[in-house]
Amino acid sequence: MRALRAGAAGVLVETADGEQAQALHAEVLRRRAEGRLPGGPGPGGLLEVVPAARTVLVDGLADPAAFAAAVAGWGELPPPVPGSGGTVELPVRFDGPDLDEVAAGWGTSREGVAEVLTATAFRVAFCGFAPGFGYLAGLPEELRVPRRATPRTAVPAGSVGLAGPYAGVYPRSSPGGWQLVGRTDAVLWDPGRDPAALLAPGTDVRFTEVR
Amino acid sequence: MSARRAEVRVVRAGALTTVQDAGRPGYAHLGVPRSGALDRPAFAAANRLVGNGAEAACLETTVTGCAVRPSRAVLAAVTGAACPVRVDGRPVAWGAPVLVPAGAVLDVGTAALGLRSYVAFAGGADVPPVLGSRACDLLSGLGPAPLSDGDVLPLGVDRAGPPGGADVVPCRGLGRELVLPLLPGPRDDWFTPAAERTLAAGRYEVSARSNRIGLRTSGPRLERAREGELPSEGMVLGAVQVPPDGCPVVFLADHPTTGGYPVVGVVPEEALAAAAQAPPGTPVRFVPLRGRPLPAGSRG
Repeated sequence: MRALRAGAAGVLVETADGEQAQALHAEVLRRRAEGRLPGGPGPGGLLEVVPAARTVLVDGLADPAAFAAAVAGWGELPPPVPGSGGTVELPVRFDGPDLDEVAAGWGTSREGVAEVLTATAFRVAFCGFAPGFGYLAGLPEELRVPRRATPRTAVPAGSVGLAGPYAGVYPRSSPGGWQLVGRTDAVLWDPGRDPAALLAPGTDVRFTEVR
Repeated sequence: MSARRAEVRVVRAGALTTVQDAGRPGYAHLGVPRSGALDRPAFAAANRLVGNGAEAACLETTVTGCAVRPSRAVLAAVTGAACPVRVDGRPVAWGAPVLVPAGAVLDVGTAALGLRSYVAFAGGADVPPVLGSRACDLLSGLGPAPLSDGDVLPLGVDRAGPPGGADVVPCRGLGRELVLPLLPGPRDDWFTPAAERTLAAGRYEVSARSNRIGLRTSGPRLERAREGELPSEGMVLGAVQVPPDGCPVVFLADHPTTGGYPVVGVVPEEALAAAAQAPPGTPVRFVPLRGRPLPAGSRG
């Protein structure tokens, strides 16, 4: 792990891969909850912990150097404990416009795609793109899906898509280039709800099939 | 002042007038920008001048100001970009509490210095908060929409204390150039040593394509030492990102929480108010700082 300076109060920690980034994210959250984050904020101080594809950004540190020194000594971290970030079941109708294309790419049928996705233990690795849009890790590397050559100008809210190694659900209607395999009625993002985001980083996610 | 509810009607919304407060920090991990007033000291001063608490919401105008008509007499103050302020056409003080009579028009004029003026009303703009903040976030569309002519803004119950005095009200945009200190990292090693010299000595200027998301610059290209893509990673307020065109972008309050272009350095928060008030064409000078190095085994 490499700790890089990100401003006066921030450290960007670079990990070897996505799994280590998730493990580091879980470790930072655990230590923060226990009040044992080295160099962490003082009482009432706000800490932003932003995981991403291969990094975790920690901003709002009282002592970034102390945090960086400590992280360097954490070494290889165990994978996050399943359920430690909560679990969400998403009922999905697998009838997306790109389902045939994904099935062809995977050398299976439409039903085969649904079977793979409902059998996969996903975890929200990070959020981005739009509030409440979670990047769900868990698909094996050989099932990577290319983005669409031409993004759609409008993808309906609740659309379940695949891109690269990730699955994701559009929290609201927006343009998008993911391959759409289905839809869910679950409300992914509601700022009036606590929590606003159904799929916060660290959440375990299971797709179930609605026929 | 009595505790009756009041409202202000928008007579002239101006080029871009938004409701802003201290923003909604703490949600970056969900993809939610911090948002909030770009010129924090000016925003804080406006609230103090009318006796509001630090969390009250104000209006943030852009270049051409705005005009509003309160339903009852209300104390208001204009700070930030210096501009003419009028009540029913009569000039009144900028940077001081002004009592606007019921039905009179408070006109915040075009900025003479700087870009963004802050208009505070006793009681604050009381639009519904989203995730604890009334800030209009132009990147993700959270919070109240930018003002339109005819909009009506409710004001909070004016339990404001006595209006605060001020010896000095900050007014930015006085400098002929924008000087931005820069803490190197996290991705300064993605650029050549020549690029580092260019950044420190280069003549950049504020681009007209700047907005609440970022201050864009135009000037010499920063040459990358390594090509290829950077997997998206978290970005802090003030991050200086270098997109493929090679010209630095200084991220402001509505910036995306993650990005895939390398961040060469970070401008400290206290320097961003000046960035928020620098009109297009202002010369920009980056001054790389030597931050306290991170300990061995890590890179600062």
